[in-house]
Amino acid sequence: MADLAKLQTTCVQVRRDIVRMVHAVSSGHPGGSLGCTEFLVALYQEVMNHNPKNFSMDGIGEDLFFLSNGHISPVFYSVLARSGYFPVDELKTFRKINSRLQGHPTTHDNLPGVRIASGSLGQGMSVAIGAALAKKLNKDNSIVYSLHGDGELQEGQIWEAVLYAAANKVDNFIATIDYNGRQIDGNVEDVLSLGNLKAKFEAFGWEVIETEEGNNMTAVLEGLANAKTFIGKGKPIVNIMKTEMGAGVDFMMGTHKWHGSAPNDEQLQKALDQLVGNEADY
Amino acid sequence: MMKKYTYTEKKDTRSGFGAGLQHLGKTNPNVVALCADLIGSLKMDAFKAENPDRFFQVGIAEANMIGLAAGLTIGGKIPFTGTFANFSTGRVYDQIRQSVAYSGKNVKICASHAGLTLGEDGATHQILEDIGLMKMLPHMCVINPCDYNQTKAATIAIADHHGPVYLRFGRPTVPNFTPADQKFEIGKAIMLNEGTDVTIIATGHLVWKAIEAGEQLAEQGISAEIINIHTIKPLDDDAILKSVTKTKCVVTAEEHQMNGGLGDSVAQLLSRRLPTPQEFVAVNDSFGESGTPDQLMTKYGLDTINIIEAVNSVMKRK
Ligand SMILES: Cc1ncc(C[n+]2csc(CCOP(=O)(O)OP(=O)(O)O)c2C)c(N)n1
Ligand SMILES: [Mg+2]
Repeated sequence: MADLAKLQTTCVQVRRDIVRMVHAVSSGHPGGSLGCTEFLVALYQEVMNHNPKNFSMDGIGEDLFFLSNGHISPVFYSVLARSGYFPVDELKTFRKINSRLQGHPTTHDNLPGVRIASGSLGQGMSVAIGAALAKKLNKDNSIVYSLHGDGELQEGQIWEAVLYAAANKVDNFIATIDYNGRQIDGNVEDVLSLGNLKAKFEAFGWEVIETEEGNNMTAVLEGLANAKTFIGKGKPIVNIMKTEMGAGVDFMMGTHKWHGSAPNDEQLQKALDQLVGNEADY
Repeated sequence: MMKKYTYTEKKDTRSGFGAGLQHLGKTNPNVVALCADLIGSLKMDAFKAENPDRFFQVGIAEANMIGLAAGLTIGGKIPFTGTFANFSTGRVYDQIRQSVAYSGKNVKICASHAGLTLGEDGATHQILEDIGLMKMLPHMCVINPCDYNQTKAATIAIADHHGPVYLRFGRPTVPNFTPADQKFEIGKAIMLNEGTDVTIIATGHLVWKAIEAGEQLAEQGISAEIINIHTIKPLDDDAILKSVTKTKCVVTAEEHQMNGGLGDSVAQLLSRRLPTPQEFVAVNDSFGESGTPDQLMTKYGLDTINIIEAVNSVMKRK
């Protein structure tokens, strides 16, 4: 059974990390990071079977996660560090010169926990499917997870991957969509509408799970548990997860403005005042 | 004596693009613009606000954007596409190759955040191969202006050039020293300083650093001829040959990989027509990383001091 209180406390700490990391370098992407906090904490601290202390690229016998929307690296790095992949203290090097914590995740500097570079959008689903195919070849029953932005779904390569996964019954794979309705230039609906996303995935032959409250830990855990029940049933699985960009910091919510801008000193303090936890800052 | 260059303001070249595009919106009804979810970063807001019918937000779908642009030329439109340099080139290379270059379409591919000076976003976004990719395509014109005024002038000029163009600019603010009324002539190098000991050929953000290097070299008694090559293709062969005939050695400087950049083009010209010692100030077979623009230019050897060192070593090889 999940220790809900513990997971929620970790979420508060991860949110503190996110705003402090982007503030320190006046750059980076807090909005999507804050919105995906529950998901990544749930995945790394409850759902996935993985081995943080002994990271290996091949991850044989482990569940794997691929971050396709690489700009939300702050939440990824914080959760990796707080799950034991590398020292929490290293978060202070984020986006600075000579750091392993690049603006967008990379394997170039051997940061434990990262298995592919991302940042240029739309490429991660293909990679995740490739890794899922390798698992099948290896007779490894573990699960491959991925995360994608909703704006990211406008990339054509995503739909090549979606077509492929269904046609080839890649059923050891759960893709999650950060369905926050926002992207850089505004609302996804206005920039380039995705139409009926659920119907699109269904038409492509996917099993569709909907998580209505992506910033509610219980709902996120239920969504993932539900998704896992469809593993091995002949279809790829997508978890369309509604989130709030900027979740947890009131002035960052309800707008796309915090997609890629960092808080100033005063805004940071205001954010931290709303994120009171009992774990330690890096 | 080195000619004195001054500036009153540092400005970003992408804002020069935005201003040029806005001007075209008022003066050329055939100009249309497309953007892939980066309107603010590309400074296309003004064109969009003033010409809503001629602006197309395509979403995060660069391949589709290039295809749409190619199609818009059929019927006489002059499309300007806007996204980061990486997503303007590598991401859509075959779309550009087939639908634009090979099909001879009048598309202007406008690319911001080129090179290391994009800064903290890191290597995934810092393309250092775009000049090479684009100049290899037959009949593609490749332009990399040096400051705000020159980028604005280049943006306006390419609308009157019939054929595909790659226009490369960047994110940071740099000294804006080009006279606002200087005419932009595609393929015509700009002589910044006449000298006798060495020719420094620079493009983009390295042009100002070449000027700084020239000033310091003058203090050491070295007379540097400095050429601003804003058009990498077609290259101004005559200007380069004329200068190198006089100075007998050359340094090229660019915010790009050594492989495939301006230096390559110059070396190819000289090896055929006038073999000459050359040194390259460029990124040496490496990806970039996160950091501030200044830190990165230092770490990857693209600073004023690197130009000076290259001059000192190339002069020994004369
Ligand atoms: C191929 C590509 N094109 C453009 C960009 C620039 N970019 C970075 S994030 C982003 C918006 C992404 O929207 P979404 O996936 O919804 O993420 P969110 O804003 O919700 O975090 C864009 C256009 C990119 N990184 N990659
Ligand atoms: Mg989004």
